[in-house]
Parts: sequence; structure tokens; C-alpha cells
Amino acid sequence: MPVNTENMIKVFGRPKSMTDVRSTYCPGCHHGILTRIIAQTIDELGIADRTVTIAPVGCAVFAYLWYKCDAVQASHGRASAVATGIKRANPKLIVLSYQGDGDFASIGTAESIHAANRGENITVIFVNNQVYGMTGGEMAPTTLIGQRTTTTPAGRDPGYFGYPIRFSELIATLDAPVYVTRQALYDTRRIMDAEKAIKKAFTYQVEGKGYSLVEVLSTCPTNWHMSPVDANRHVTEVVTKAFPLGDMVDRG
Amino acid sequence: MERSVIIAGFGGQGVILAGKILAQAGMEHGLEVTWLPSYGPEMRGGTANCTVVLSDAPVGSPIVDAPTDLIAMNLPSLDKFEPIVLPDGTIVANKSLIDRPVQRSDVHAHFVDVHPLAEQAGSARAINMVALGAYVKATGIVPIDVVKRAMADMLTAGGKEKFIAMNEKALDAGYNAI
Amino acid sequence: MEERKLMRGNEVIAEAAIRAGCQCYFAYPITPQAELLEHMAKNMPRLGRTFVQAESELGAINMVYGAAAAGVRAMTSSSSPGISLKQEGISYIAGANLPAVIVNMMRGGPGLGDIAPAQGDYFQATKGGGHGDYHMIVLAPSTVPEAGELTMLAFDLADKYRTPVMILADGMLGQMMEPVALPDPIDPASLPKKEWALTGAKGRDPNIILSFDLDPEVLKRMNLELQRKYHDIEQNELRYEEYQTDDADIVIAAYGTVARIAKTVVRMARADGIKLGLFRPITLWPFPYDKLRTVADRVDTILTVEMSAGQMWEDVRLAVAERAHTPFYGEMGGVVTTPNKILSEVKKYAG
Repeated sequence: MPVNTENMIKVFGRPKSMTDVRSTYCPGCHHGILTRIIAQTIDELGIADRTVTIAPVGCAVFAYLWYKCDAVQASHGRASAVATGIKRANPKLIVLSYQGDGDFASIGTAESIHAANRGENITVIFVNNQVYGMTGGEMAPTTLIGQRTTTTPAGRDPGYFGYPIRFSELIATLDAPVYVTRQALYDTRRIMDAEKAIKKAFTYQVEGKGYSLVEVLSTCPTNWHMSPVDANRHVTEVVTKAFPLGDMVDRG
Repeated sequence: MERSVIIAGFGGQGVILAGKILAQAGMEHGLEVTWLPSYGPEMRGGTANCTVVLSDAPVGSPIVDAPTDLIAMNLPSLDKFEPIVLPDGTIVANKSLIDRPVQRSDVHAHFVDVHPLAEQAGSARAINMVALGAYVKATGIVPIDVVKRAMADMLTAGGKEKFIAMNEKALDAGYNAI
Repeated sequence: MEERKLMRGNEVIAEAAIRAGCQCYFAYPITPQAELLEHMAKNMPRLGRTFVQAESELGAINMVYGAAAAGVRAMTSSSSPGISLKQEGISYIAGANLPAVIVNMMRGGPGLGDIAPAQGDYFQATKGGGHGDYHMIVLAPSTVPEAGELTMLAFDLADKYRTPVMILADGMLGQMMEPVALPDPIDPASLPKKEWALTGAKGRDPNIILSFDLDPEVLKRMNLELQRKYHDIEQNELRYEEYQTDDADIVIAAYGTVARIAKTVVRMARADGIKLGLFRPITLWPFPYDKLRTVADRVDTILTVEMSAGQMWEDVRLAVAERAHTPFYGEMGGVVTTPNKILSEVKKYAG
């Protein structure tokens, strides 16, 4: 029997600025939720026609596909420098630098810190899943102590490999950033918090306030070798202990 | 017509600026010029120096193996560059610091007591202008008035107008010392 | 055109970039091009343009990548070790079809080398210092005024072909002064609009700037497009100078400051009765192979002179293809050659 949709009210749908390109992310990965939150924020702020997104190297290398916005793909670690170039060339643009933990907190350390320290009026979304997903599960700068990866097969020994780096805390020591926060997406409350944080970060940029960094803890069921449910629980119970959630700086 | 001069001395004797002013004067006089700070084989030896080439045709090499002229502000510079000056060239030497004569007999040597002349002009720092004034007189490469104007232009550009009058006196002192 | 001003090579390049409408300049300090950076630091903000002292050479070249993607004329400058650091970014700029100008004031290498003039980065500049099948246009000025002209040309060529263009000079040209009459400034607003640039997807589909595709067939097509562009550049943009080659028995092949030193040698040699000429490539990529080959057909010897161990020499030999003798004379490590040294080399092959 055909369904009559005439009197139905639409309560949920794809954000207008989000494309219908099929996701390249693995099932259970949080990149997808995050992508949607960003698109929803772009819609709410009405900035799709002046937003430029920067895709990094890593699992999010295809991030230019998800939004109906101009985009550029940057070399590994340099997204914050590319963002600097774009924003300085055209301050009217809203610039999103979307980076993973390897990109932002390892190979791009210098660019990440100095863009923050200059107070570039950009928004960085930093996805921390404690592993190099795209290359097959190697150690990330954020890999937890004892965590097994393909390059720490016996688990991360901090005496040998160093400790998981709390990069947002590092950025939070700087004078310039207006907003530094760590969020997670493992349940609806956390998702709603993350939505607020991301909207705040973009709003600060729209208002010309300066640099904002939203770190988002993500799962990686594939490289953690966990089911999506277990991966979610792992973030809740283990990862948030090493990377506590919440705002570190809010000078807005 | 092409002349090339190496202006050499200790750091702080103003040889680099003297060279720039000479180059500026040459340009204002309608010549082609190059100014090159110490580079290449002549850079060893602990002296500061620059090479200025002035020509009525486009300048090829800004580096010279054998300059037509030398302004030597100290003994090491004279020791180093006297042998390479071309025959019939001009050497202006700082009498205040150099206690030996020029050994070459095929060049025109002029010893100028730059220190007392500079002090009389108003500042011991103007020894470079005294030497430049003497060089301009000895070679006739550009009129002294053009050099004065070039000096004034350069000092004005650097916000140092207050030193123009003193440096003019120093240029004249050198010019009249020969 | 303005009146002639006595200016350093580094200042002239900076000022020419400003007059060419360069809106964004990003760099990291290194000798011997500090005056370039300082001229930009002083003047870009005054004009309402962007000067950022980057945290690193990688930062600088990637800021250029971003600014170029945003559609403005952008430049960075450095010297040899710093240019090595920029190579990945240059490869990205080439791969993403972005216009940018990069200045290399070469110094002695390899490694940290020294701060004296050298020409040891010819291979890096002309053969693709970064990864992948790309080229950039390489312009080699030999005088300070020419450094200004070629800098302005570099921005035009970069925009015309959407490609990185390098000004390849050495520390001597950067440090020396010569009279220069710079052309009047271009108003950046008067430049043709870049429809492909990231300006916000307002009333159009999004513009996406990429240097990659994971489908080998697609990436092959992207590469073929690049190669077609390089072919066009080779056809249209060759620049070189011949000086007294018509009746020459010996011709010096040299570029940059060495070429101007060689001009003096031509005059000296001719005074000694040696029929010497000079062939000076101005574009090092594309290299004027055919032109040099026609010169080789007329002369006995083409002596390549460089401040390197013989890098352009390889292109000279490719061009000459054994139609003439192709000896080499080079200095390295920042030792600058002089007219007399070159003349004594020439005399080995004269008569």
C-alpha cells in the first residue's frame, strides 16, 4: 500500500550543505557523525557559500567530498599552514582545517602550534583516534600506553616510544587561541555537547575572534580490532581517562 | 671608459657606505654601475671591502680580478690589493694608519691623512668621506658636486639628514687634500 | 617607469613582486636573502597586503599553497637548504595546478654549505626537486634589473599556466646593487579573475583543488594534462640571450651571474683576438636545447661555466649532441669565478 506522506512532518534530514556522496569511513567510526555535525553547523550559520574546508592526509583525505563547499587537500601535517594562507589571502572566507592525530599532532606539530600561536582566525577540528587508520594501524602520537598497534606490537612502552601527547592541552598554554576544547561522540549527550562546541568554534571565527580548536575523540573499530559497540565503550571507559573531556580555554 | 675600484678597510671604517655613495653618484651622473660587497676570492683576509664598477656601457662582471683603482683604509688592505691594481691605476691610501709607501711605481699613489681631516670636518667617523673626496679628485671619475648630492640623497633616505653638512665638509677636505 | 634607483637584487625582487600584485608573501629567514624578507616585512602591511614570517620553510610554502588556492598572487623566497625543505610543497603546487612564485638565492652546498654564491641547485630546480612527474618554469636573471623584470614575468607565467615558477639566482645577485627603473605597479584588482579559485561556492558548484586521485587511470589523465601544459610552455616560453655568437669559434654557455662575468670575458678574449661568444639560457626549464644546437653547428667548442660541479653542463651536452667539443669549467662551495679565471680556461681551447 502506498504511503501517504502529505500530512507527515519532516523531523530529520540530511543537512543542506552535506553532499550525498557515499562515505569512505569504516562502520562504527565517528568521522561520519562529526561530518554531519559540521554540515549542520554550516547550515545553521548560513556560511556554506563562504566556507573552505581543508582535507588532510589520513582517513579524512576525502573530506572535500562531504560538503557543498569549496575545498582543498593539503600535504601531510600542513593543513593549518594552508588554512593560514587561505584565510590571510581572503579573510571573508570561513576556513575549516580538518586533521587527524598523525597529521595535526605528529608530522604537522610545528604548523599546528604556530597557526594557533598566531591566533589565525580559523577553526581546527582535530580527530584523535589514537591510531594511524589509513596506513593500516600504526602508532599515533596519541596512542595510549600499552596500546597494541602494528608498530607497537607489544604495546606502547612509554620508556621506548614516549607518552600519548595531550596536544590540545599544549595548545591551551598559548595566549592566542580563543577556544580549545576536547569532545567525544560516544553517546547522545556527548554528541549534543560536541555540536555546541563546534558551533561555538565556528561562531567565534564568523565573529572574527580568532583561533579555535575542537579535539574530538573518535573510535577506530577497524584498527582497534573491536566491534563498534566495544570501541564506543573503550572511548567511554579508557580513552577519556587519558584524554579528559571539556573546555580548556574559552576567551570568547 | 670603465673604472673599477676596490674600497677596503677594517669593519667600521665606512668602506661599504663609501662604495654605495660612489655607485649612487655614478648612477646620478648617468653611468652604468655595480656595487658588490665582499664576496669571492677577495673576501678572505679579515678586511671589509666592496667593489664598485663605473662604466659608460653596461657592466659585465661586477667582480674584478684587477681593479683600476684602490682605496686602502688600512695596511692589510694595501698589502692585499696593491699588487692587483692595473698599471696606471690610482691608489688612495690612509696615511693615518699606513706607515709604508706604495711599492708599485706604475700607479698613481695618494696618501691622505684622513683622521685629522675628518675630525676637523666634525667627526672621526667621516674618514670614509675624506678618502672618497680624495679619490674623486685623483680620478675625476664623477664631479664632486654629484658625489655630495648622492651622499645627501643616501643619508636622507636613511633618515640621517643631520650628518649631511659634516659629510660635505669631509668630502671637500679630502678633495682639497690632493 | 620610474627613475633609476640604486637597489640590491634582493630588494628589487621584493619590490617587483609587490608591483606585480603579489598579495601574500610567506617566508622563513635565511642568508643570503634576508633583505628580500625585510623589504616585504616593511612594505606589505603598509599596502594592506599579507606578510607572515612562517614557522618553517614547510609552513611558508604551504601558506603559499593556501593563498594561491584562494586566488591571489603569492610568493615565498629562500636559499638552498630552505628550498630543499620546500620541495614537497612545490610538488603539491605543481600537482594541484596552482600559480606561485618561489625565489631561490642559491648558496654553497650540499648540507649547510656556506652563505656564499653558488649554482649547485640547478638539478633540483630544473629536474623536479620534489616527487612526481612535474616541472616548474625556472627563470635565471643575470643582472639586478633583469631580476626585477623576470620576477614580474614569473607572476604572469604562473597565472597563465597555473604552475609554480622559480627565480633561480645566487647570493651575489641578491647582495649586489645596480641602478634599476622598475615599471609602474599593477593593480591586483585588474588581474583576470580566477574562476577555479576557492572564493566560496556562491551561485556555483564547489571548486575543489586536489593533486591526487587514488584511481591510477584518473591520475594518469591528470599527469597527461600536466605534460600537455609542459609541452605548451616548451613551445612558447623559451628565453635565452646570444652575445657575439655570430662569428664565434668558442662559445661560453653560462647562466645567471656567471653569464654576466662571462660577458666581460668575451670582450677581453676578443681584445686578444679570440672569437668568443656567450650563450645564456634565461629559462633553465624549459631549456633552449634547439637554439643551443644551432649554435653548436657553427662553432668548435662550447665551454660550460658554472658555479657547480657541472649541472647545466648535462643539458648543454644533450643539446650539443657531439656537434662541438663541450668542455666544462666550474667553481664550487661559494668560490666565485672571475673574468681572468674564465679567460684562462677559454685560452685552453682557443686556436
